[in-house]
Amino acid sequence: MIRELHNKLVNKEITSVQLTRDYFDAIKKKDGEIGAYLTLTEELAMRQAQLIDERIANGEDIDLLAGIPCAVKDNMCVDGTRTTAASKMLDNYIAPYDATVIKKLKEVGAVILGKTNLDEFAMGSSTENSAYQVTKNPNDTERIAGGSSGGSAAAVAASEAVWSLGSDTGGSIRQPASFCGVVGLKPTYGRVSRYGLLAMASSLDQIGPFAKTVEDCAIILSRISGQDRMDATSAQSADKRYEDYLTGDIKGRKIGIPKEYVENLEGHIRDVFEKSVEKFKSLGAEIKEISLPHSSYALATYYMIMASEVSSNLARFDGIKYGLRINDEAKTEFAKENAVDRNLLETYMDTREYGFGEEVKRRIMLGTYALSSGYYDAYYLKAQKVRALIKKDFEDAFKQVDFIYSPTAPETAFKAGEKTENPLKMYLSDIYTVTANLAGVPAISFPIGNLEEEGKSLPVGGQLMGKWFDEEGLLDAAHTFETN
Amino acid sequence: MLSRQEIQHIAGLARISLHEKEIEKYQKDLSGVLDYFAELQELDTEKVEPIGHITGMQNVFRSDLFSDFGSIGKDDILKNAPETKDGYVKVKSVL
Repeated sequence: MIRELHNKLVNKEITSVQLTRDYFDAIKKKDGEIGAYLTLTEELAMRQAQLIDERIANGEDIDLLAGIPCAVKDNMCVDGTRTTAASKMLDNYIAPYDATVIKKLKEVGAVILGKTNLDEFAMGSSTENSAYQVTKNPNDTERIAGGSSGGSAAAVAASEAVWSLGSDTGGSIRQPASFCGVVGLKPTYGRVSRYGLLAMASSLDQIGPFAKTVEDCAIILSRISGQDRMDATSAQSADKRYEDYLTGDIKGRKIGIPKEYVENLEGHIRDVFEKSVEKFKSLGAEIKEISLPHSSYALATYYMIMASEVSSNLARFDGIKYGLRINDEAKTEFAKENAVDRNLLETYMDTREYGFGEEVKRRIMLGTYALSSGYYDAYYLKAQKVRALIKKDFEDAFKQVDFIYSPTAPETAFKAGEKTENPLKMYLSDIYTVTANLAGVPAISFPIGNLEEEGKSLPVGGQLMGKWFDEEGLLDAAHTFETN
Repeated sequence: MLSRQEIQHIAGLARISLHEKEIEKYQKDLSGVLDYFAELQELDTEKVEPIGHITGMQNVFRSDLFSDFGSIGKDDILKNAPETKDGYVKVKSVL
């Protein structure tokens, strides 16, 4: 889709200004119902679009992403723009700098339409933890878009953006991509700089694209990846144009299906999944059953590591340096009446009580406990050791196969309110996705079929995981499936 | 199950004020997740090296230099602070 729009821009069939206006019109028409966006950046977008139109008029070469409208999850900093992470804590926060991914996008001339909704600080699987709104699934607005990058997924599915950026800590790109029926890619840990991404769990977080096609994801990845001195964990640049590696041929490539992932799969998802396996076979791929023996420990391991890192990363929200402060306004009356002086510690405690939502506090509490004196070895260190075993499972599997394939989620999009009462049930939605973050491997979710539920057609996503830094192989396999 | 005192202790460490009724909720929620985690204890990990960096990156160095945001940059940063004085973030007295 990006390439077609690019050709239209270059051939002067459309202008970027017109294209951008069309997308803002679509947003104004549809987003009241969908709720994908938290903030629109019209001025920034129109300025960029005009600039690109001038360049085209001057006969300059433009990048594939230049002049193309996109959306950004609201946990990435865009200079001069409100960046909330869907938290009351950052309700009035204006980012004073660009995240590295945003800097790169601005350099190639991408048009940023606005910031999209998420679960607060990216913690959740449905965007129901947003302090502002729930993003509806464009396929059935009674259902959620998935999460945590639900706004970015829904924006693309509802054609309120050509493509978007999300972040993925345990499945937050892939699960909403699966629920909304679009393509979502979580690159290898370190492939994309996290500078300017509001940190959730630093050893798991990774930024990646949502788009309508695998090729679009490849084009975007080429432009946002690379080593960055502002993120010491970013990997050496590959200097690859991933879109040049899409051969459409996967004959002889080996795809492993982990028996632990599919043995308990529900009937209707299983049917769609098995059909997709047949399709891979018919495309010449070799299908093999494999085992990832520590799979059943992955979710518990994930939650312990994630919560520990969350508790550490979110310590910065103290009501002093930026964001919300509760004391002198809301609580002063109380303080005056009771003749108490709100001291520094109380400012911290009250700000964090009011500023954070329920799920965020739950994870901070869990992580604080796990890292507290006397418990570190039993919890965080134990989890990092089991994580090593899980990584070893993947190393062993990748000696036998090129890719690992499963459904992205054990279900289709669920209804709003269906799981909010039970955190553990909500966590199970991430069961197939968390392992890629634990092992650090790249993974992609792409549509493999639809299921009729209550008169609505709901998308099902398939997930391919690849070897560390083999995004080109992974994208090629998904592209081959998609285009045949 | 975690005790009320334990929950209050954790909330203090996490710098989060809790209401009475929340204490019970956290007792239940946190204990649930910890029980779920308990199944990991059955794995023998005595000889396993814990993960440091997942793709094995080590010792990334850079020069110890500061980068100047300039006066406009400083203003933009300070605008986000709830309270400032003379170009500094103001903090309540600690003593």
